[in-house]
Amino acid sequence: MTELHGRTIKRGRGAGPVLFSPAPISFFGGIDLERGVVSEPGHPLHGQSIAGRVLVFPHGKGSTVGSYALLRLARNALAPAAIVIRRCETIVAVGAIIAGIPCVDLIDIDRLAQVDSAIVEDGVVSWADD
Amino acid sequence: MQLSDMERGMLEGERGDAVRTAMEILVALGEIFDADRLLPVRSVQIAGVSYHNLGDAGLEFVEQMATDGRAVVPTSLNPAGMDPDRYREMGIDAEFAARQMRIVEAFRRMGVNTTLTCTPYHVGLVPARDDTLAWSESSAVTYANSVLGARSNREGGPSALAAALCGRTPRYGLHLDETRRPTLRVIAAGSLRCPADWGLLGAAIGQQRPGALPLIETAERPDQVSLKSLAAALPTFGGQPMFHVAGVTPEAARHALPADSLCVDAALLRATRERLEIGAEDRVDLVTVGCPHASLDELEQLARLLADRRVVAPLWISTAPAICQQAAKRGLSQTIELSGARIWSGTCFAVAPLKGRFTQVVTNSAKGCYYGAGHNLFRMRLASLERCVQTALAGRWSEVDR
Repeated sequence: MTELHGRTIKRGRGAGPVLFSPAPISFFGGIDLERGVVSEPGHPLHGQSIAGRVLVFPHGKGSTVGSYALLRLARNALAPAAIVIRRCETIVAVGAIIAGIPCVDLIDIDRLAQVDSAIVEDGVVSWADD
Repeated sequence: MQLSDMERGMLEGERGDAVRTAMEILVALGEIFDADRLLPVRSVQIAGVSYHNLGDAGLEFVEQMATDGRAVVPTSLNPAGMDPDRYREMGIDAEFAARQMRIVEAFRRMGVNTTLTCTPYHVGLVPARDDTLAWSESSAVTYANSVLGARSNREGGPSALAAALCGRTPRYGLHLDETRRPTLRVIAAGSLRCPADWGLLGAAIGQQRPGALPLIETAERPDQVSLKSLAAALPTFGGQPMFHVAGVTPEAARHALPADSLCVDAALLRATRERLEIGAEDRVDLVTVGCPHASLDELEQLARLLADRRVVAPLWISTAPAICQQAAKRGLSQTIELSGARIWSGTCFAVAPLKGRFTQVVTNSAKGCYYGAGHNLFRMRLASLERCVQTALAGRWSEVDR
């Protein structure tokens, strides 16, 4: 079992398959909110579903309306199970809180690049070693 | 971050779900921006009101917070996506209007004063020097910081609402003395003949040096409307919600001149204008005034210019509902509307659903040029208030006497 300790942005527990993005994510305009799929042209995760995943990415980008997009995803039952982020900013922090998505930042996300599934709980990311 | 026992209780849900969510937002932002504690706020101003921007998710969030959230400090509200009383005349459909009014009603239930304006300082909500605020409309934040000497970060809609429900905001950014220090000396060498030119100055500084906090030196004496225009343009183009003007704004004399400098001369102003006006033609579909919202003085000026005249191109003026009422009492609204011009109150052309309805638009607002082009794909032209009126009366643009 490996554990990484970060900073809690939103408390709670979320577990699921890891979806790792080397590139930042814009939740407003970059995600299809009715399907939960990355829709930004040219994005490394283009076409992949974020629903129920432990979504790992460096940081957010784009419009402040992105916070509401996370809430919309949650209402559509298409939200990530948890968010793991290198450095959180306002948009993702507010979005995770209002949408109730467990969120942790200050994590060395590259260590999750090859991990299959992970658990996020109150600022700790853990996964079973092979 | 240090929390008091009361603040910790709010975070644990002792004051209900909305306050818990609000406190979670404030604490998370405080942690992210390395705040040491929360500060009590004197007032809050909430942006993110238009249904056009919030969508159904934003509407759901605001209604959810309104189930048990109540503002505990004086809180005012930014413009909506339409005039609440005259939306049909504006060409806004009933479906949009119904959802927009649900948003405004939810804020009202939370005890928010539904001022529907980006210029709270025009309607009696004038912060005092050194007041701690959590305001979110960028031009209002910049005006409060720079012209009034109050202290506010540029809050997002949810963080401003959170501050309203908790009466607090995290201590970082422009709440700290060192962050209010200018980082760029601006020598405004080009002539600034009208408020629109001050907006152009803000656009030039923002485009040339994004993020810089300017100390502007100029021989001109800006009036309140000019400072409002600069306060709208600077954060729009450069992201910085504060400036100083030497000899004018209250904190300018506190600081030494920054080493880094920028000369904004006539050539740079011209080049900045040309960038704003890409694709503009002489045909005019719409003339807009009132970004930020027109003051009573500006409405008086408009009434003088429009008395006994008739516009050919539509002229839309936006202002605060409270200012609109005062203008009506003085007969200004009647004079203006007899010309065919329209005063829409409580709305803003940057957040109204206007895409596709107009192409060639003339305005006296540099900020308006940015959002008109960016959000609505309009081809914009920037002109003084007088030129805007002349253009509406003539029905087309003319380069003469520019």
